[in-house]
Amino acid sequence: MTQTVKERVIAILAEQAVMDVGDIRQEDTLEDLGLDSLGLVESIFAIEEAFDIAVPFNANAPDASDFDISSVAAIIAAVEGLVAQAKAA
Amino acid sequence: MTPGMTATTPNGLRRVVITGAGTVNALARDVKGTLEALREARCGIGALDVRDVERLSIQIGGQVRDWNPDLHFNRQQIVFYDKFTQFTLLAAREAVAQAGLNFDGHLGYESGVVLGTAAGGVNTWDENYRTVYEEGKNRVHPFVVPKLMNNAAASHLSMEFNLRGPVFTVSTACASSNHAMGQAFGMVRQGQCKAVLTGGAESMLCFGGIKAWEGLRVMSRSACRPFSLNRDGMVQGEGAAVFVFEDYEHAARRGADILAEVAGFAMTSDAGDIVMPSQHGAARAMSGALRDASLTPEDVGYINAHGTGTAANDRTECAAVAEVFGAQADRVMISSTKSMHGHLIGGTGAVELLACIMALRDGVIAPTINHEEPDPECALDVVPNVARQARVKAVLSNAFAFGGLNAVLALKSAP
Repeated sequence: MTQTVKERVIAILAEQAVMDVGDIRQEDTLEDLGLDSLGLVESIFAIEEAFDIAVPFNANAPDASDFDISSVAAIIAAVEGLVAQAKAA
Repeated sequence: MTPGMTATTPNGLRRVVITGAGTVNALARDVKGTLEALREARCGIGALDVRDVERLSIQIGGQVRDWNPDLHFNRQQIVFYDKFTQFTLLAAREAVAQAGLNFDGHLGYESGVVLGTAAGGVNTWDENYRTVYEEGKNRVHPFVVPKLMNNAAASHLSMEFNLRGPVFTVSTACASSNHAMGQAFGMVRQGQCKAVLTGGAESMLCFGGIKAWEGLRVMSRSACRPFSLNRDGMVQGEGAAVFVFEDYEHAARRGADILAEVAGFAMTSDAGDIVMPSQHGAARAMSGALRDASLTPEDVGYINAHGTGTAANDRTECAAVAEVFGAQADRVMISSTKSMHGHLIGGTGAVELLACIMALRDGVIAPTINHEEPDPECALDVVPNVARQARVKAVLSNAFAFGGLNAVLALKSAP
């Protein structure tokens, strides 16, 4: 069974948010999922571990980071980009 | 004692003064050099020199450079002294020499030590974990435990100076030193001790220490820029500061040079979040310290901020100052010297008390350096980038720790 990046990111967010994978929508924001700053930092750690990548994210300035966290879809796109970069390197 | 000066406060408590100070930190290895650096807005933060630094994503810190314990201690001492203990002993020697106290006789029984540290002998933990996990050895040095324990520094001070009264260590993360100095103040004030060596130390700048902090993603990779709109996190420092808190009557009788009076202290708990600070918890600690010192916001000329350079702290702290000081908030000067020496975690309040003493004694307000862009949410006089001459008669020193634990000291000019 090979999960796509999208499926794995959703699974990570669902676990943090204590939700069913099926209840997570692409347009959801972190706030919609009930994830606070600590939940986000833990999710990013899980993403880095899952894909063996380094996510450029500073909790002091979440909006100024290169990593777009504005929605589930944005996070998936950002992770896909990082994974592609890591493969190319 | 000066005629007309009383030994007690109106509520019958003993008055407490500071008669000695000592420090080791990234700016200098003594008080004179540290104050000079603070006045000149010098930055002690730079590239870290630690083992495996290339595997760290945070590679800067306020490190005590080229530290050589052999210059200060013999081999038998070094086997028992973690770096945080070494820093503490050096700072204490300077403080006790300045105070001119000898604890050999009866005074030793009436004197104690209260120190703050968040994590004690982190370098010792780090080195010995390497030994057993990385190198696969099944044996470590016999003195690992007495070297790494959080009270090691306090105990070694008691032994070096013959301090036989209350001796203990307080650990409340980034507020450790302020909590420690608050306890020392209380013990002298209540007549339990004639003198207490107090302050704190931290030495977490090693691979494991920094790696743990990286996880929270609140550390800056470039600089500590408190209250500046472009800030991006805290920078760790290391070192120690130790003070002699002494009964005012005792100090005055022997004609000691008094650096400042410790006038009040308060501590509060947010009971809210393990890492996010609370405006009201911070405000309650500041107003409590003012009340305890019988001061009003009008009396206070300077606040040494907790000022970590994180978005969460700086905004909350400024809002708390506005809440407590009201119209006076626009007038009071507030600066974060962490921009220069870094965040010494459990030792930070102690090093920062030096800036408070400088304000009261020398009329010099240490600046907040690296202040590049004003932040509308930190719209106070943060003494940007350049030290300032000013006469102040009372100051506050803030410390707000992870765990929601707040500790604020109030100091006044020497009586």
